Amino acid sequence: MKLTLRVWRQKNADAEGAMSTYEVDGISPDMSFLEMLDTLNEELILRGEDPVAFDHDCREGICGACSLVINGEAHGPERTTTCQLHMRAFKDGDTIDIEPWRAAAFPVIKDLVVDRSAFDRIIQAGGYITAPTGSAPEAHATPVPKPDADYAFEHAECIGCGACVAACPNGAAMLFTSAKINHLSVLPQGAPERETRVLDMVAQMDEEGFGGCTLTGECATACPKGIPLTSITSMNKEWLRATRKAGKR
Amino acid sequence: MARTVWDSTVGKKTVMAVSGLIMLLYLVVHMLGNLKIFFGAGEFNHYAHWLRTIGEPFMHYEWTLWLVRVVLVLAVVAHAVSAYQLSRRDIKARPSKYVHRKPRASYATRTMRWGGIILALFILWHILDLTTGTVHSGGFESGKPYQNVVDTFSTWYGNTIYIVAMLAVGLHIRHGFWAAAQTLGVGSRTRDRALKTVANVLALLLTAGFVAVPVGVMTGVVS
Repeated sequence: MKLTLRVWRQKNADAEGAMSTYEVDGISPDMSFLEMLDTLNEELILRGEDPVAFDHDCREGICGACSLVINGEAHGPERTTTCQLHMRAFKDGDTIDIEPWRAAAFPVIKDLVVDRSAFDRIIQAGGYITAPTGSAPEAHATPVPKPDADYAFEHAECIGCGACVAACPNGAAMLFTSAKINHLSVLPQGAPERETRVLDMVAQMDEEGFGGCTLTGECATACPKGIPLTSITSMNKEWLRATRKAGKR
Repeated sequence: MARTVWDSTVGKKTVMAVSGLIMLLYLVVHMLGNLKIFFGAGEFNHYAHWLRTIGEPFMHYEWTLWLVRVVLVLAVVAHAVSAYQLSRRDIKARPSKYVHRKPRASYATRTMRWGGIILALFILWHILDLTTGTVHSGGFESGKPYQNVVDTFSTWYGNTIYIVAMLAVGLHIRHGFWAAAQTLGVGSRTRDRALKTVANVLALLLTAGFVAVPVGVMTGVVS
């Protein structure tokens, strides 16, 4: 396959960036999107040019490191992570636009790499349980009803990649934050800090400069792990419940 | 608690949802009341007079009406201020646009902000036209709403402004009602289809019900 790539190049956080055009040839349809970029970078290095910086780690679709907005869609045209997107999703001769995640809370560090530490700070605000749990307990020690376990797991699938923020026209982190809150809110382990967790995490989310939710649903469409839009609805419910309870105290 | 609500994006959106639902409830009553115009001048004018005497003798003349007006003004102001502040925040949170754009949200969702501005301007005109009579086209008489309505919809601009605004209100409710349910946490996967249907039915009925009046005047059914 022969492709034309239009890639966002930006030297550092303070530099002005722009789209640069590159031609790549000899791309196999079985290559992943990241392998295609590796091919481009090998050529750039041979030519003595600066390779394109992009985030990647496990390349198995579970770590949440890879990002990239491909042809205007976070993680590209398929509902998966960029590393699991294969070149067979494109046609020979295609022009592909590759851009970084765009949000005020995710500043570009270089080229396609953005700083997602705002997510870490949201987690630090309460996305955990403080009870020391030691090694994995016996599975039946704390019974969890099957529907609750399924619900928690569905939200625990969030890998924190930030596609929801990238896809949101308001640069909002509602889907990420709601997944992390709902994951713990139904489990007995998460119950003691149920109220402070949602209040603190939402406050931190606002503090980081993410936008608000206008329920466009773009986040859930982009999510490679299929976190549903109703996750946000559940978080709103949790937040209202916690606010009412805090008001009574 | 009020501080927590107002300072949070989630809380401010709750303010929008609640104030929006108050206005929606008013619109339903308003639309149904408007339809009385098809029963003739006597019944319509009598209905308008009754609105001023609700709650008597406990309430004084027009007290109930003014109570409703105060609640509505508070709802409009809360809705508009929250929308303005949240929109400013949203725009700031997404400073650079993508080179490759792909709009996917529905038309109703994408037009909420402009639709809201159109509706705010319409409400101003509507009050100046049919409540105070300041910009009314004919000879405005405060006790004769039937004739005032006929006058307004006898002008091309009166019809245009009104019908455009009623289409805007339909679109606004189509997204707004469903979104309010999500904001207040009553939406769920199993209820989603029902909520969307109710939103669409409400939007359609309100737009059709309101537009029926200018259409009635234009076709001569109301004159």
